[in-house]
Amino acid sequence: MLLPSVVLLALFVYGFIGRTVYVSLTDWGNDPAQALATNPIIRWVGLANYHDLFTGFLQLRFRQELVNTIFFTLFFILGCLGLGLGLALILDRNPRGEGLWRTIFLFPMSLSFIVTGTIWRWMLQPQGGVNQFPTVLGLPSGTFGWLSSTDSIWKFDWNKLPLLTAAVVGLVLVWLAVRAARTGDRTRTIVAGLCAALLLGWALFVGPNVKLLPAPELHGFNLALIGIIIAAVWQMSGYTMALYLAGLRGIPEELREAARVDGASDVGMYRFVIFPLLAPITLSAMIILGHISLKIFDLVYAMAGPDNTYTSVPALNMYLTSFRQNQFALGAAIGTILLILVAFVIVPYLASAFRSEEGHA
Amino acid sequence: MTTTVPTSAVQPAPVPRRAGLGRVGLYVLLVIAALFFLLPIYLLIATALKTPDAINLATTWQWPRLLNWDSFVQAWGKIGGNVGNSLFLAVVSTILAALLGSLNGYALSKWQFRGANTLFALMLFGMFIPYQAVLIPLFQFVKSLGLYGSIWGLILAHVVYGLPITTLIFRNYYAEVPDALVEAATIDGAGFWSIYRQVILPLSVPAFVVVVIWEFTQVWNEFLFAATLTNTSSQPVTYALSQLAGGQAVSWNLPMAGAILAALPTLLVYILLGRYFVRGLLAGSVKG
Repeated sequence: MLLPSVVLLALFVYGFIGRTVYVSLTDWGNDPAQALATNPIIRWVGLANYHDLFTGFLQLRFRQELVNTIFFTLFFILGCLGLGLGLALILDRNPRGEGLWRTIFLFPMSLSFIVTGTIWRWMLQPQGGVNQFPTVLGLPSGTFGWLSSTDSIWKFDWNKLPLLTAAVVGLVLVWLAVRAARTGDRTRTIVAGLCAALLLGWALFVGPNVKLLPAPELHGFNLALIGIIIAAVWQMSGYTMALYLAGLRGIPEELREAARVDGASDVGMYRFVIFPLLAPITLSAMIILGHISLKIFDLVYAMAGPDNTYTSVPALNMYLTSFRQNQFALGAAIGTILLILVAFVIVPYLASAFRSEEGHA
Repeated sequence: MTTTVPTSAVQPAPVPRRAGLGRVGLYVLLVIAALFFLLPIYLLIATALKTPDAINLATTWQWPRLLNWDSFVQAWGKIGGNVGNSLFLAVVSTILAALLGSLNGYALSKWQFRGANTLFALMLFGMFIPYQAVLIPLFQFVKSLGLYGSIWGLILAHVVYGLPITTLIFRNYYAEVPDALVEAATIDGAGFWSIYRQVILPLSVPAFVVVVIWEFTQVWNEFLFAATLTNTSSQPVTYALSQLAGGQAVSWNLPMAGAILAALPTLLVYILLGRYFVRGLLAGSVKG
């Protein structure tokens, strides 16, 4: 009974992942003549495709896409959490017609990213849509190139990436070590402290001399992404609203009463009673939104088109590389990198969700 | 306690209504938020109803003076067949994924065996993977079965990758069904299948409603598989719409009318059965 599903999933998930990783270590498709041959000559090339993606002269687009994905994820999550929490707090005060408001805030969830993208592409036309808003107030129309801007801010040199990563991870480990020391967990303090010292030492003494590329290469936050982030928040913030609303409604009235009796003000009650209870919801929303945003590509495809490199993301590049240029090995490498990014988010989450459940059982 | 534990996300809490300035501010905020969510829809409908020569960037926001329904006819001519493809695809995939998910959920929750939770976690991982990480082997596999370009290859993919979420929803639902029911049936000599058919299945209607609505929406809205596993004759509507809207020469009334056609089925499902849609949504955050 379970067996067919288990076999199917084993093949379609784990078997295919294994196959993708294998393909990413070959040169399949790097020679266009061999890509679509019936029996292509495929050679093992080890990590060459990954090396190419991170340091190759031609793969500048992929590196910018990684940066795009990070910024997109950050602002998308912040936007959805902020707007979703705000709407949930408002609806929790029982305005009239609550059902109608909820329907309005949630309906974009039922649309596909392609539909959302098509609508917002029109909303964000260079001289129309949103840019026409100020004319309603008699002001000149806006000129912001929502999807067509080629400007970027917060630029940094790709060569500094290992350095920055080591520094950030090192600081997080320091924070973990300090926390562990406070709770008196000695082994954890020592392990985290040692790792932090190692990483920070590397960042101080070795890092500055590491050069990924022969010349500096600047990447930053492309302003054209702002439009896509707005559309994504429009579509998904209803989800966080629903999560937060379910959480707020799950807080027993007794708890609020008790806080009021203790003389807590409205602000104090939210600060000390309600928000701490919503923290687990925030975490699970971050994880769900994070994995959606790392995978997002249909929205970008529909809004900015597949060939707008300023708004591109790795998930879109993987599709184009594999199925338009037939560079299967390179595409598989991008797919594998995406999988690793998503796994960082999802695996600890699944592990903790099921560990706690086994504990209860 | 029992009076305060909500049975669903939609039950209002008994907080007294208060009048005053705060309430006015509340409604102002609500209206602003609603405008953010509804203005794109206003623009969508207004543009779809304009004649091509009335579409002008400077007058985007004006309601059309003459309603032109012709765009819908034209858009239907271009993507109507794809709507049919999507309908067939979504209905068949949803039924299969729901049936299999129900069996899995039943087996996982009522026939606990060692490692059931680990197995389940491993299955769930399939729900979160980026499909880009399996796309090339999937493409090869579907091709080797001779299903590339046919809608059946797409159905296969949707059924398999739909299994984790359908299993999750059914498992969580069946966990609430008292074990005593199953035990009683076992004592009466019923086996795995007859318990499923006579005890579990008749109780499953609410879970099936959630799963069917959620899965139908997901399959209808999917794009990546649609773009890689099909060709012209079997493309679902999302891909056809992206092609319709991607062309530079097309005037905007056509993609807007197409977007309405592509959005209508899932939008109707949501408006009519939103409660169940939200339950599927909340189940997606694993702990449901």
